[in-house]
Amino acid sequence: MKIVNVTHGSFYAIGAYAAASLTAAWLAQGYPPFGSYAVLVLAAIVVGAPFAIAIERVILRTMYARDEVVILLVTYALFLILEDVIKLIWGVNPYFIAEPYALLGSFEVAGMAYPTYNLVLVAAALVFGGGLAWVLHSTRAGKLLLAVIHDPEVSRAMGVNVGRYYLATFTLGSLLAALAGAFTAPTVSVVPGLGVDVIVLSFAVVVIGGLGSLPGAALGALIVGVVRSLSVHYMPQVELFVIYFVMAVVLAVRPRGLFSLAEPRRI
Amino acid sequence: MRRDRTLVILAVSFVALAAGGPWLPQWAMFIVTIAIAQGLVALGLMLLLRAGLVSFGQALFYCLGAYAAGALGRFVGISDIFVEMLVGGALAAFTAFILGFLLARYRGIFFGLLSLALSMILYGLLVKNEALGSTDGFNILASTLVGVRPRPDWVRYAVLVSAAAVALIAALLVHRYLNTPLGRLAPAIKDNEIRVEYMGASARRAVHVKYVIAAALAGVGGALAATAVGHIDPEMAYWTTSGEFIFITILAGTGSVVAPFVGALIYGAIHTTAYDLSPNTWQMSLGAALLALIVFLPEGLWSLFTRHVRHS
Repeated sequence: MKIVNVTHGSFYAIGAYAAASLTAAWLAQGYPPFGSYAVLVLAAIVVGAPFAIAIERVILRTMYARDEVVILLVTYALFLILEDVIKLIWGVNPYFIAEPYALLGSFEVAGMAYPTYNLVLVAAALVFGGGLAWVLHSTRAGKLLLAVIHDPEVSRAMGVNVGRYYLATFTLGSLLAALAGAFTAPTVSVVPGLGVDVIVLSFAVVVIGGLGSLPGAALGALIVGVVRSLSVHYMPQVELFVIYFVMAVVLAVRPRGLFSLAEPRRI
Repeated sequence: MRRDRTLVILAVSFVALAAGGPWLPQWAMFIVTIAIAQGLVALGLMLLLRAGLVSFGQALFYCLGAYAAGALGRFVGISDIFVEMLVGGALAAFTAFILGFLLARYRGIFFGLLSLALSMILYGLLVKNEALGSTDGFNILASTLVGVRPRPDWVRYAVLVSAAAVALIAALLVHRYLNTPLGRLAPAIKDNEIRVEYMGASARRAVHVKYVIAAALAGVGGALAATAVGHIDPEMAYWTTSGEFIFITILAGTGSVVAPFVGALIYGAIHTTAYDLSPNTWQMSLGAALLALIVFLPEGLWSLFTRHVRHS
């Protein structure tokens, strides 16, 4: 959509908080622990969707004609507001829900214990990534969406309901962020400031991959993950900024990211 | 053509501040000094914004200036406020000159994110650097003025007046610059860069020059803030600090060199009041204010003023 969305970090945090608190409530009621996976997913969707829809309908839709940078600032303002909304709703105390994480146990690879939950996460990521690629490139709605992003005016002239596509895309994107938060919640303690860290990191991911490119984002995430682990292992003192260093190097060589398309010049 | 009143406004505000300063309470002097420091950074951002560039990493130079000032006091034993500002600005400008070769090629979102990445690298370096105090940072010495040490109860005022003097000079220089051919190129670059190239001007060089000037101003601002607060830490390079500066610049608008300072003062007021009224949700108030500004006053507060003038 040509929107660089800082609010994404907030949705990640909202997803994590919703999942953590609702799953904790679910377990406290004594319901079967395996149901907690369904609660994780449902919590993220049910709590994230109203926020996403409200933000798109009320604020963002009046902004599409403005500059990319202005939209970035708008989402930054929304991010500041949501940070405090999250604190108001869930307080500042950390939430822990380790049950879904511990439940699946772990298995051994070459003598090292590896939690099954992480494997499930990888599978989930593959399913979501593959599903998104399939929707975008093989269904009518996905192809129409690509057309809308490429040229909203012509799409509107062709009879596409552009506003509805924007709403659907923004909501879907935000829900993915909320789901990511929900899936991560069992592996970390959910504390304020969760969104700040994740948003800058995911910017680095998409910038390395090339804005608006799905394989780019996947490759970017892989690069970021591997580089971070390597630096933690070999040079822990550079762990904090090695990502930004990689990002600067990638941009220096490929000014628009690894998987970017050529842009026509406006004269 | 309307007569240019910028000079008069600047001179009058400086004299008013210098004369009225001693009657201000200590906390107000502090807020005004910090506002001037942030105004200097915003002044540089305004230069870039006129060319359509938003730097999400101006905190890099702010922090560099502050650490240069701190290191001078800690390792060399110089704590003169003017020397500190000069060195802070020079170090920032030099860094920007080097980085500019890379950054001047980028526009829009990529310029913003790349500058953000660079400032986060500095943050990471400082956090891991034990000699510079790691995450805690360190305190810096009380300042002297051209070799003279003011009495303790006059230190705040002395810093305030030197800050105002430096801001006055910076504002005048930038005002001059805006009217040079290179300065007037900015809106043209924002509008259509390829036409700028067809006219025979180099957009990249113009951006590079603006970037260096903006960095120098941010460095001076950082050194100033460091002496005023008396303490520096790596948070000064974190991206949320850059966010504050952008907030001020958007708040002020790009209409005049006076605007960033007014913007910084208003920002300080909003920030302090919001923090006072609801310490737990001040971010929300700030976000709401920023949102309202973008929606209702896209050209910044300064546009209120100019619109009024045109009508009368």
